[in-house]
Amino acid sequence: MVAKPLLEVKGLKKYFDVKGGVFGRKVGEVKAVDDVSFTVMEGEILGIVGESGCGKSTTGKSILRLIEPTDGEVTFDGQNIASLKSEQLRKIRRDMQIIFQDPYASLNPRHTVEKIISEPLLIHGMKHAAERKKRVRELLEIVGLNAYHASRYPHQFSGGQRQRIGIARALANHPKLIICDEPVSALDVSVQSQILNLMEELRDAFQLTYIFIAHDLSVVKHISDRVAVMYLGRMAELADKDVLYADPKHPYTKALLSAVPIPDPDEKKEAIILEGDIPSPANPPTGCAFHTRCPVAMSVCKEVRPTFKMVDQDHYVACHLYE
Amino acid sequence: MKIDEKSNYSEQLQPNPAKIGQQMDLNEVEAFSPWKDTWRQLRKNRFATTGAMVILFFILLGLLAPFITAYPYAEQNLVERLKPPSAEHWLGTDHLGRDIFTRIAYGARISLQVGFFAVTGALVFGTLLGVIAGYFGRWIDMIISRIFDILLAFPSILLAISVVAILGASLQNALIAIAIINIPIFGRLVRSRVISLREEEYIMAARAQGMKNGRILFHHILPNSIAPIIVQSTLGFGTAILEAAALGFLGLGAQPPTPEWGKMLAESRDFIQLAPWTLIAPGISIMLVVLGFNLIGDGLRDALDPKMKN
Repeated sequence: MVAKPLLEVKGLKKYFDVKGGVFGRKVGEVKAVDDVSFTVMEGEILGIVGESGCGKSTTGKSILRLIEPTDGEVTFDGQNIASLKSEQLRKIRRDMQIIFQDPYASLNPRHTVEKIISEPLLIHGMKHAAERKKRVRELLEIVGLNAYHASRYPHQFSGGQRQRIGIARALANHPKLIICDEPVSALDVSVQSQILNLMEELRDAFQLTYIFIAHDLSVVKHISDRVAVMYLGRMAELADKDVLYADPKHPYTKALLSAVPIPDPDEKKEAIILEGDIPSPANPPTGCAFHTRCPVAMSVCKEVRPTFKMVDQDHYVACHLYE
Repeated sequence: MKIDEKSNYSEQLQPNPAKIGQQMDLNEVEAFSPWKDTWRQLRKNRFATTGAMVILFFILLGLLAPFITAYPYAEQNLVERLKPPSAEHWLGTDHLGRDIFTRIAYGARISLQVGFFAVTGALVFGTLLGVIAGYFGRWIDMIISRIFDILLAFPSILLAISVVAILGASLQNALIAIAIINIPIFGRLVRSRVISLREEEYIMAARAQGMKNGRILFHHILPNSIAPIIVQSTLGFGTAILEAAALGFLGLGAQPPTPEWGKMLAESRDFIQLAPWTLIAPGISIMLVVLGFNLIGDGLRDALDPKMKN
């Protein structure tokens, strides 16, 4: 696929202050996202995987500046998002949307579906009510609901249907990029596949680009073109889906992939069981963040943080084994 | 997937590929709003209906006062003073020979007005300050919250007395005083609600779509914080009427000959042994109105609480 980059993230950081003491002074910081860089090509689906708490969602929300990033550059369609004024940012938001994890929390319970989907149309300049109404009906059909659902309230829908409403809302203004923040992890397995198929169809129909955040490796494998693995706020590995799943380089990726169950009881495989717990991002280990649990850690891993660099064709790894 | 083309075909001929695997509910379900649901719950609640009936009774009493009784509320008749209840004077007469029922009926106007205006005033300013403090946070929140704390640190009646002392004793000033002491109650309620709503995902979704702060505040946050505000308003109605009566009792509210219930209590307390009906009528009226509002308030709280839904 010859494509130009749609989104470039360079050195993205998000530190949350930890306040303590009588006067609420800053006593430390949680490095939720620590120097993350990657590029998303136009029309591709980039999956981001990692354990819970590794900063996947924070990365997604920082790109949209729903959470103000501490540092870093986010270039979307030639514009640096991180430096935009609030009014410019408001305007560019029609081109970059987000689908949230929890379909029960992401829809306003006091609004009808009609209002939920038509509001983004209204604020981005579709003034005529009839026009909005038509577009809402159209969007509902696109995401597999019916036009008459428009007059209902979110609590009258199932989880999967609500997620479809969330998708319709994100699609309303023909966005270029949609960040999917674990869009199926709150759903039933049978509903998950429906939503995933819908999202793939929509990508093809509307030339969308997705950043697909998930903790389910099989889901990411199913939908993504390229996959990034995050650990403790940092990028561990980034490669083409097939390459990553067939030939993982980073010891963390290897461990992660070995944990995926194989639906065949006779097939034996060697699972790499990691020792210990994930360290606190408030006090990350020195050097490589993974060295405390890494089965092949060397002495250099404790001292020097490995750089995230290309070791193979389009295969990026942050590990001293490949220096 | 073009919709315009598809509309030429019926749904059966060309099924929408996005709908495969979904179980469709073919019969249309009536769309019912959260408000209708609340209304249904409220009507089922017997206490709340009783409360509403009591309040309705007093509203009608106040509105229809000139048609129900033949006496003007301020007309003195010293011959007929301190008469017990009879056919002519349903609730008896007071120490100046004024018909107590007439004064209760006209007094209902005053009490309900005080309740309404004091609550409205407190509601408007309290909500505004609470929303600003809660949504913008940081130093703005700091300043507004400390003002609330200071107002709450005073015993409310003492604060009302000092406000009336500064402005002068009249019903209007008593009303202002009651509104002021109720501002922090609404303010803190709204502030805490806004702070918890601000973290909701659908508020973040609203920002992600590029909405302005004003729109998020008035279309998303405020409508979702309205439930506790309604409950507090109803309960506040009762408190405000009680506070107005207390100020009237202390001679700081309505001035004679205004038939204010608290004032009526104060005037008749010297005759408590001689003519107890002069006290009982306004006392019971105050109690009933406050009880009525509290019953509605409790009913509303249950009806609006999503956790109480079955």
